[in-house]
Order: sequence, then structure tokens, then C-alpha cells
Amino acid sequence: MSVQIWTFIIVGLSFAIYIGIAFWSRAGSTKDFYVAGRGVHPIVNGMATAADWMSAASFISMAGLISFMGYDGSVYLMGWTGGYVLLALLLAPYLRKFGKFTVPDFIGDRYYSNIARTVAIIAAIVVSFTYVAGQMRGVGVVFARFLEVPINTGVYIGMAIVFIYAVIGGMKGITYTQVAQYCVLIFAYMVPAIFISLTLTGNVIPQFGLLGTESASGTYLLQKLDMLQRDLGFHEYTTGTKPMIDVFAITFALMVGTAGLPHVIVRFFTVPKVSDARKSAGWALLFIAILYTTAPAIAAFARTNLINTVSEKNYTEMPQWFKSWEGTGLIKFEDKNSDGKIQYVANKDANELNIDADIMVLANPEIANLPPWVIALVAAGGLAAALSTAAGLLLVISTSISHDLIKKQLKPNITEKQELMWARIGAIFAVVVAGYFGINPPGFVAATVALAFGFAAASFFPAIILGIFDKRMNKEGAISGMVVGLILMFFYMSVYKLGWFVDAIPPAGEWWFDISPEGFGTVAMFVNLIISLVVSRLTSPPPIEVQQIVEDIRIPRGAGSAQSH
Amino acid sequence: MSQKNLKEYWQKNIRIVLILLSVWFLVSYVFSIFIVDVLNNFIIGGAKLGFWFAQQGSIYVFIILIFYYVQYMNKLDKKYDVHE
Repeated sequence: MSVQIWTFIIVGLSFAIYIGIAFWSRAGSTKDFYVAGRGVHPIVNGMATAADWMSAASFISMAGLISFMGYDGSVYLMGWTGGYVLLALLLAPYLRKFGKFTVPDFIGDRYYSNIARTVAIIAAIVVSFTYVAGQMRGVGVVFARFLEVPINTGVYIGMAIVFIYAVIGGMKGITYTQVAQYCVLIFAYMVPAIFISLTLTGNVIPQFGLLGTESASGTYLLQKLDMLQRDLGFHEYTTGTKPMIDVFAITFALMVGTAGLPHVIVRFFTVPKVSDARKSAGWALLFIAILYTTAPAIAAFARTNLINTVSEKNYTEMPQWFKSWEGTGLIKFEDKNSDGKIQYVANKDANELNIDADIMVLANPEIANLPPWVIALVAAGGLAAALSTAAGLLLVISTSISHDLIKKQLKPNITEKQELMWARIGAIFAVVVAGYFGINPPGFVAATVALAFGFAAASFFPAIILGIFDKRMNKEGAISGMVVGLILMFFYMSVYKLGWFVDAIPPAGEWWFDISPEGFGTVAMFVNLIISLVVSRLTSPPPIEVQQIVEDIRIPRGAGSAQSH
Repeated sequence: MSQKNLKEYWQKNIRIVLILLSVWFLVSYVFSIFIVDVLNNFIIGGAKLGFWFAQQGSIYVFIILIFYYVQYMNKLDKKYDVHE
């Protein structure tokens, strides 16, 4: 059977499962819709969090990026996992004890202020929309390549699927669909990785294959790769080129941003007990780590395979995968010296081959000559990753609208049924807007995933941490910190990444303290923290009731009573 | 629970969090970034040690940290009778 037919079968089957689950677990109350009725087992929640968290970027792009960046790619590996330590130790148990539905809810109540709540709503919506637009685009691209439909059609199909389970099922539907999606995506990621590890290193576990020897040459894989890279004029694979301070700043911003992302935080509201919130952060990281420790192996394998396959080889002898990806424009070959051979070197003037980082994972099964059903499986995995994250983000947007904005601020008297209706309207609105951005991606979409993390780091993280650990923190401090953090992040990103307000994007040499826009969330976060602390000490302490709330969230017992509304 | 016990429970919680965060900082920022070149003189399997910590090792440590914390806190909750 051809790849095309396999793709229809496997992708179709996985979609049927998602929709079936959505109907089976549809939401009947706001509690179902917002927090899945709070009955989710920590292991199940860990799995759902892992799918929620791992987006098209993790599944499709990350290994490819590491493949080209080598050591510098570690910022993603550590940054996107280390945040879970912060979540488990500093956030999840306390937010669960607090027992509300959303992050703006926590901020609004802890800082006894609707202004704080509104700032948090704005931050949640900005973060979620910037992130979801990229996911919808990712869905479109995967469809375009594997089903051979136009990208826009792909986006429409994605919208329809997400619509069904986010709008009908709410958090409950999303949770159980995400469990299925996790299984699909991890299976799809591991199968080719294991096969390639076996052929290249003889080791069945990719994590160990990375440390092993290349079967063909008998030398250590990483040493071989360093040598190949040096010979072609690239930097050594295992050492980096970025300044140390920037590596530090990006890693830190990604960690803190992870811990501040609203769609990840809300997942910890869905478990029954405080101890379950801690546990499920551990399970989430374990499930995530299966993919994240495989990614560096795939990256090194793919890099070695690529160089061995193309370097100094005749263009006419290129394998089929090379030709089919050339068709998509993601591989470009230009025979500059007309010798018919491919010169793939670091020197830009002599280099004849341009490769988009995204193909490293998608083309992997073809590169390794795996059967068609594996290729179809990878397509289904990429879609699962993108759809699960999109659904989680859409839910955050819809609850921000129905719960934090309408129920808490504009129309406090609406019934639960009306609130549920508003949540669904919010979800529909969010799907449509996300789809619009997927079809008409603004120029800055690619840049905005980093922006989303920077915003999350610069706004939520200090406000939540201080809200739990600093009893003296008051609304004046938190609001001024969040506002300044957001504005500072926005300013730096606009100028140094997007080139707004200036004639041209300033070169890397002009970055503040050598820190790239991707890492600037770290600076904005610390500025937020300092401003919050200073302003709070210059103004009056928070009311006694609020101080009691802070005392109360520090002990696990009694989370049950806090959840009734 | 009395005020004194609550204070004691919270201080123990803070202490373990600070200890675990120091390990978190050590493996990711110190081993993998600040002194990566020093550690790269040592080899684990076919990989330089600093590189390995940056790409795989610190992730393994993160998982251990969280599960240790879960276990420690479950015991602490019971000892101070604040568990559910």
C-alpha cells in the first residue's frame, strides 16, 4: 500500500478516536468544562499535560533545530523540561489548594483587584493566541505534505476537529483526547527513532545509541559527527557558538515561561488532591522526557545520516526522499560550481544545499528507508501534537472570556448554564480567530513562540510565586510588576526581533548584555520581580483576609472545601 | 493545627525546596552551561560529560528531583497531620 493510503487510514483512525472520546466525555457542567470535574487521576493528568505541552514545535521542529545547532540546541531540552521542577515545587500544589479554575482567577483573588485580574486576562490571551496561531499553521503544513491538500484546507480540517472536542467536551473532553493523542505522538516519535538507532548504532534504545559507536565506522557517533562537522567548516557539534550569557538567558526564560504558561498551569487544577498535583507534575515530566531525551539522539543521527548521504555525492544519485522534499521547497540545491556534486559546507558562498530544520523529523522515516506505515504514523503524530496543544490553548482563551471576564467582571449574576454557554461561545470565537491566523499567518508568527514564553515569564511567573511565598506582596506591587514586565518584553521583542519602531532590526551586536530576544524574558522577569518587591514595600500591606488565604494555601488539607463555588 | 506547627511545617517545606532547587541549578546551569568546558574533558560513553548533562543528564535529574519531592512532602504532610 502507498504512503498516501496509509496516511488516510492512520490519520483517519486517530481522528475517529479523538472525536469518539470527545462525545463520550462531553462536559455537562462548568466544572466539567473548566477542570474536568476534578476527578482526573495524576498519571492520566500527567499524560494529558505531556500532550498539552508538547506542541508541533516539540514534535516536528525541535530535533531538527538541535541537529543544526548541536550543543546550543540544549537550551530547548533543558528549558522545556526544567520548568516542570519549578511547577512541581513552587506552583502546582499551591494553585491546586487555592482551588479556582484559572490563572487570572488566582491573580484576581490573591491581589483582591479586578485590575490585576484584567492584566492577567490580557496576558493569558496574548500568550495563548500567539502560541495557537503557530499550531494551526503547523497542522496545515503537515496536512499539506502528507495528504497533498492546500495548506488552507489543512487548517480548516484542523479547525473542525479541534472545534468538536474543545467546544463540546471542554476540559473533560480535552483531557481524555489528550491521553489518546499522547499515545499516538509518542509511538510515532519512538518507532522511527528506535529503527534508526538500531541501523546506525546497533542499540535499540536511542538514548543510549547517542552515546554509542557508529556501526559502520566503529568510532563513537558523537566523535565522528564532530569530525564530519569540522571537515565541512561547521562548528563542532558538541560545542556551541552562542555566548554563555545568552545560553543561560534563553534556558532560564524557557524554564520560567514553561512554569508560567496558563494552559499548563490549569491542568493541575483537574486532579482531586494537592498531593496529586505534585505527583502529576512528576508524571508529566516523565512522559515528556521520553520524547525530550530521544530528541538529541534523533538530532545527532539525522545530522550524521544527512552529511553521509549528501556530502560530495552526485545530485543524480540522491534518494527518493531528497527529491520529494525538494518538491515542497524545504530542500533546495543549487549547483554553484556546476560539478554535479553536492557541496554542503559552512561557507555561505560555496554552500549548495539549503535544508529547512523541520524536515529532520518528518523525513526521518524516509531517510532510514522505513515502511510506508511508519511515515503515515509520523504524520498522525505531528497532527496529534499540534491539535492537543491547540485545544489546550483554546480552552484557556474560552475560560478567560467566559469565567474571568464575563462571570467575574461583567455579568456576575449569570447562571451556570449561561456561563457554560459563554464558555462555548468563547471557544468558537477562539477557534475562528486561531484559524484566521493559521490561514493568514502574520509575519511574526514564527517569532512568537519565543514571544509567548517571554510574555509568560515576564508577567505571570513573579506574580504567582510572590503571591504564594511573600505574604506581604500586595496588589500595587503585583500590578506594577506585571505591567512593566509585559511592556519591557514587548518593547525589546518589537525592536530587536520584529524591527518595529526602527528602520531595521538591530544586529546581534547591539543586544542588551548580549541577550537575544528569545532570552530576554529572563531580564523582564527579574525586572518584574524587583519592581513588585519595591513597590509592595512602599505601599500598604494586603488585607488580613488575603494574608489568611496565603497561610491557607500553604497547607494541603482542606482542598476539598476550597473547590466549591 | 497550631501556629507554631504551621510555621515549622512551612520552614521544612521551604528548606527542601531550596535544597532541590540548588541541585536543579547545579545540573542545568552550572554543569551544562557555566563549567561545560571543564566537564567536557571527561567522557561518558562516546559523549563529553558537559554536553551529555546539557542534552540528557539534567533531564534525568529533574525527574528524580520531582519524585523525591513528592515522596518527602507526602511524609511531611502526614507528620504534621495536614494531609488529605
